[in-house]
Amino acid sequence: MAVLRLIWAGWRFHVKSLTLSGFFLLTSSVQPILFATMAYFMFRAGSSEQSLLYVALGSGLMGIWSSTLFGSGGAISWQRWQGTLEVSIAAPAPFVLVLIPITLATATIGLYSLTATLLWGKLFFDVPFEIAHPLLFALSIPATILGLGMLGLVLAASFILYRNANALSNLLEFPVWLVTGLLVPLSLFPGWVRPISWVLAPTWGVRAIRDSALGEGAPLAAIGMCLALAACYFVIGTVLIGHFERLARERATLSLT
Amino acid sequence: MAVIEAAELRRTYRTTTGTIRRRRLDVEAVRGISFEVAEGELFGLLGPNGAGKTTTIKMLITLLVPSGGSARVLGFDVVRQAREVRRRVGYVFGGDRGVYERLSALDNLRYFAELYGVPGREQKPRIAELLELVGLTGREKERVEGYSRGMRQRLHIARGLLHDPPVVFFDEPTIGLDPVGARELRGTIASLREAGKTILLTTHYMFEADQLCDRIAVIAKGKIVAEGTPRDLKRSVADLTVLEIEAFGASAEAIERIRRAPGVTAVAVEERDHAQVLHVSSPRGTELAQQLLGELDGGTRVGRVVTREPTLEDAYVALVTEE
Repeated sequence: MAVLRLIWAGWRFHVKSLTLSGFFLLTSSVQPILFATMAYFMFRAGSSEQSLLYVALGSGLMGIWSSTLFGSGGAISWQRWQGTLEVSIAAPAPFVLVLIPITLATATIGLYSLTATLLWGKLFFDVPFEIAHPLLFALSIPATILGLGMLGLVLAASFILYRNANALSNLLEFPVWLVTGLLVPLSLFPGWVRPISWVLAPTWGVRAIRDSALGEGAPLAAIGMCLALAACYFVIGTVLIGHFERLARERATLSLT
Repeated sequence: MAVIEAAELRRTYRTTTGTIRRRRLDVEAVRGISFEVAEGELFGLLGPNGAGKTTTIKMLITLLVPSGGSARVLGFDVVRQAREVRRRVGYVFGGDRGVYERLSALDNLRYFAELYGVPGREQKPRIAELLELVGLTGREKERVEGYSRGMRQRLHIARGLLHDPPVVFFDEPTIGLDPVGARELRGTIASLREAGKTILLTTHYMFEADQLCDRIAVIAKGKIVAEGTPRDLKRSVADLTVLEIEAFGASAEAIERIRRAPGVTAVAVEERDHAQVLHVSSPRGTELAQQLLGELDGGTRVGRVVTREPTLEDAYVALVTEE
């Protein structure tokens, strides 16, 4: 109970903090709109109206991934810079429980991207917003947030140890967009890409959201995969963070000085 | 039983030099220090910048793993029982950092209360009590980014005391504060000591250590060079006399010549408006004034020259400048 209370309080705190950051909010809503606009024009040239919703949801998910990636890494770097990383680690709460609310909050902030791209599509490109399975759609969103947030936790572990790990987040943005099918269908890629996409939560998140919205495939199975991956990431993240926290205390990388 | 025990504590940092041909360097920040702090005692670690004070505190509050030696807080080992230590210590450091600026003091305190495991029903009265203690009542809903440095520092103290820890570590808490703010903060630290907290304070302000601490350890270049009550330390320089020379435009070379002059044990230079005041320590009974004035360059104007009794600051300067 105390653990859930800590996660809930931390999540609210960090969502509020990130929402008050003009820079973070602007990048998490403007960037996906730009990508969505390009994608709308490309898909409009040769596809049906339903494809436009497919594009809108994919662009929104791109925003959620970018937000998680930059947010998880940025949050650690930012906390190191403002001196709150040491204060948080010096607290008796296990550090993984300090980090989970941060990575979940950054994934949640990505919802601004999804909302922005859907509104943008509706207002300027007449993208129909009709959800085939509203209940499954409503379930798929928190499942995706949880999956991406926990993946962010695994990434955040490296940001504790390496002060310049932000370079990693730049490397991971585009490839993950591609191999998880956010931008173009996975069927366009060679077979060896599939196993990589299967272990990445955005693959199942976008599938759950798209399938429930468009009434295709098996959204419940995709939601299940998202949650199962979230559980795996949680275990990996917890082990890595415990190990990396100890290394960071040995190597003195928790503070700038 | 001592509340804080450090035994032969060491910490080495690994760093690199050079751009193309990088070389690894091991820097010994703390070189085997030992001390004990009793329950309810206010113990000061006094030393210049880079002496190893912050590194020592960070090892004691579990943020750094020692490279050698051992330390215990309330009987718990700082490496193997880090969580037990963290539950029982508060950590307050000086400067602007360490709080979430975009949010209010109240948001910050509520969040840290969760991290420090303060039960939900106790949070509200505890936060109100601490806001009152540090004088932030009425300003708690404002964003921290609009706070003055003094207000931020007071927020740090409230954060560090949320879980009512029996042991509190203050790392240069008055750094950068104006004189009024620094005095108020020293008053808060003194009241915590009266409330029975065991406190370890690092500072490089002599008067602060003299005013607050029951005992002081002077640390220089990673080693403790003296330990005792402020009175003990003053006594260690009782056989010295201090010559104060007010000079206008004394060169670094001239000051170095004075430092090396026979009979001189230590020289401290204080910048005061346009003048430099040289505090020259030497054994009692030696008459150095004429000789030292002769070491100054021809163009240097000399103001007041007086001989006085040594203070705790002179003791400190003598200790930290000893090779």
